[in-house]
Amino acid sequence: MSAVREELRVRYELVVIGISAGGLVALCELFRLLRPDFPIAIAVVQHRSRNSTALASVLQDCTRLQVCDVEDKMPFSPGAVHLAPPDYHTLVDDGFFSLSLDAPVTYSRPSIDVLFESAADQFGPKLVGIVMTGANRDGARGLRRIADAGGRAIVQDPATAEVPVMPTAAIALVPEAVVLPISGIAAHLGSLATPLQRGGVP
Amino acid sequence: MKAGKIALPDTPSGYGSDLERIEVDLLLEGIYRQYGYDFRSYAFSSLKRRLWKHIQAEGLHSISELQGRVLHDPVALQRLLLDLSISVSTMFRDPGFYQAFREKVVPLLRTYPFIRIWHAGCSTGEEVYSMAILLEEENLYERTRIYATDINDVVLQKARAGIFPLERMQEYTDNYLRSGGGRAFSEYYTARYDGALFNPGLTRNVVFSQHNLVTDRSFAEFNVILCRNVMIYFDRALQNRVLRLFHDSMPMYGILALGNKESLRFTEYENCFEAIDPRERIYRRVR
Repeated sequence: MSAVREELRVRYELVVIGISAGGLVALCELFRLLRPDFPIAIAVVQHRSRNSTALASVLQDCTRLQVCDVEDKMPFSPGAVHLAPPDYHTLVDDGFFSLSLDAPVTYSRPSIDVLFESAADQFGPKLVGIVMTGANRDGARGLRRIADAGGRAIVQDPATAEVPVMPTAAIALVPEAVVLPISGIAAHLGSLATPLQRGGVP
Repeated sequence: MKAGKIALPDTPSGYGSDLERIEVDLLLEGIYRQYGYDFRSYAFSSLKRRLWKHIQAEGLHSISELQGRVLHDPVALQRLLLDLSISVSTMFRDPGFYQAFREKVVPLLRTYPFIRIWHAGCSTGEEVYSMAILLEEENLYERTRIYATDINDVVLQKARAGIFPLERMQEYTDNYLRSGGGRAFSEYYTARYDGALFNPGLTRNVVFSQHNLVTDRSFAEFNVILCRNVMIYFDRALQNRVLRLFHDSMPMYGILALGNKESLRFTEYENCFEAIDPRERIYRRVR
């Protein structure tokens, strides 16, 4: 039994979330709904301006999960929310984050696609990718890559997104993605991390 | 690559990750043994992106093809070197850093009769000119020598030329003012048709020279070592090696400045330095 539990716990190494316009409110809602002992590391690219440094403390007020800004070579902590810092790309290496100052991708640095692709390459089926509210198309290609590598693709239901452009673009490129409102995403993440029944994770 | 839609530099679909790893390892081993440039300890995630971007630009389709080309053609190697090592910066990047440098490091430097600064990985020189301007304004520049080094000779030539894009001057001016600069930023350059030419006097005490952090040794002892956003491209082992090089290249209480999102926390040298400005990542050697 404990072996099964262990297996389910390590089934996913990382949850990556891409979010843009309307993101602050949506992230607060999502993290408020996650249980405080959520066992998988979470990494978030929220598009923001170079001088926006308050995001971590604002989000920290919404959740008991630990929220931190990523620093170069920072290891993932299970259950912690790691925010991609402004004006760098955040990439994933074996167990930790690496930063880069390479050119913006489709005007974005951090780029959701860059994080998603490097995480997909690193973790394949052990990755969950989520695209949420936003006004551009960043994240769609990265989510495609996650799905191709066997990872789980989730998109916020555009009808429930403050700005539906980004989730709509992601669904167009990843039609098999699970589409859910924020409460559904939280419940789904909870089920992925809950070691209750054997084979209970679809 | 054609203009228009920018293809993401990523691994083509169907390219197995094990195979990719093998090919990258072979390429880097080949480059090291043939030319002496050692990229074997670069952070894999960002190195791989840069490699694929370069492969696309070369019109190739696999890492093996690139290997064949660079091993037989030194000119192709130079192109690869540029794409792997170039790091675009801005003048007074992170204005808060320069402000903290003025407030916390400059008073210390005033007590020295002569100041030696190593700017490691200076790329095209934007931050070297920024530091020269800062020291000039603090009346310290006359007794300072800045050793500005980079692995790449092409970027050093650009740094020496001191010509930067005119369209970035507004941004640089804003950064300069926010960094605590007290003059009109336009005093420092002349607008020309091909860019902003910075006052050549600013580099009178700068020595630009090629130096490879991975394979070369220390070449002097420095009061200040600046290495900002260079080591993010290295893996942890190489970061530790480079930090040892810096540690051995400064006396007790020497200053080490890293990029805003770099930290000694995840390295073996955490206890050898203490932060004098934790937010701006300015440290001094304490053992």
